[in-house]
Amino acid sequence: MKERDLDRYSRQIRFSGIGLSGQQRLLDARVAVVGCGALGSFQAGALLRAGVRHLVLVDRDYVELNNLQRQWLYDEEDAECARPKAEAAARHLLRIDGESQAEPVVADLDAGNIGEILDGVHLILDGTDNFETRYLINDFAVQRGIPWIYGGAVGSYGIAMPILPGSTCCFACLYPQPPAGVQPTCETAGVVNVLTSSIASIQVNAALQLLCGCQCDACIMTIDVWGGGLRRVRQPAARADCEVCGLRRFSHLEGRRRVPISLCGRNAVQIHSLRGPVDLLLLKKQLLPLGAVRANELALRFQVPPYEMTIFHDGRAIVKGTTDAGIARSLYARYVGS
Amino acid sequence: MDLAMANNVTISVNGDAMEVPSGTTVAALLQLLDVEAAQIAVELDGNVAQRERWCEISITRGATLEIVRFVGGG
Repeated sequence: MKERDLDRYSRQIRFSGIGLSGQQRLLDARVAVVGCGALGSFQAGALLRAGVRHLVLVDRDYVELNNLQRQWLYDEEDAECARPKAEAAARHLLRIDGESQAEPVVADLDAGNIGEILDGVHLILDGTDNFETRYLINDFAVQRGIPWIYGGAVGSYGIAMPILPGSTCCFACLYPQPPAGVQPTCETAGVVNVLTSSIASIQVNAALQLLCGCQCDACIMTIDVWGGGLRRVRQPAARADCEVCGLRRFSHLEGRRRVPISLCGRNAVQIHSLRGPVDLLLLKKQLLPLGAVRANELALRFQVPPYEMTIFHDGRAIVKGTTDAGIARSLYARYVGS
Repeated sequence: MDLAMANNVTISVNGDAMEVPSGTTVAALLQLLDVEAAQIAVELDGNVAQRERWCEISITRGATLEIVRFVGGG
């Protein structure tokens, strides 16, 4: 190890759980952070500072002013320039450590590109904001035998869980189906900024343990920062009848569960949701504080400039103002939930 | 009337004590708590209870339950 790195990481090397050999493993590791929002941007910063210089940063969104409350890496300039989050994150990481090898990937992770984007990573950190991508990551990780660490946060409550193919249950063992109907999201239910950094910290801690070759505590951690505190549940054994890790059927990876999107007229895309009926009056209530919204039992129209979303009772939606499937998916995940 | 059913038992749910009628199943408890069943996992006395058995498993006196909710934001 270089003299400068011995100094840079001295406090970590001195910690017996990591030591010199653990530090070398961190420096040699290649880790993907999928989603560079509140969870992902914190994870990326913490991993780089710990010595994980080879980071693959995947995100489909741009920095907005309302992100700065909780997305620690970004600043007003990023929001003013509407910089892609993956690129903004890589720029800031390079200022933290000039030897950062972070690779920004501005893309919507899907069945078609996941193999290429995540090729060769040792571990995947979940910083996504939707279940669709998590099931895709779970399929990929189980198929390739790569650990991934789930994390989710809304309001004051969050959850984190490491998934170690071959030794713990997988995401689908515990939670076989994505949720139906309207889901609370950080846009509709809000989020406390220290919640996301707490969940991201729990995820990064598990990542450091795994990367250093230490035993990782296989448990589900939950936290409610507004009351209830930190709780821990032992992870159950993998289910022999689990579609993914038991029967090794990777339907998300094969693209069969992907929500189809099609162009729809000029400058609009249609999301053909597979999620089933949406309670439009409940959704209207959730969206009212966020922008102009009109609804009846059959359809809801929501203005989120420069876009306009029309959501139908069956879960289908038309997003006007873009032809970009990634933006449409992102808006759907943010305002309806997925 | 079955006297045993009329008796309440004290259990712990996410660290808080609560009383439920003896014989309450996991599924009935979730309904009582108004929890969206699709989005949670339930640990009963240290082991996660399989979802399809929630309507069979009765909660006994002194049982410790942890209910964890999966959320999508990030």
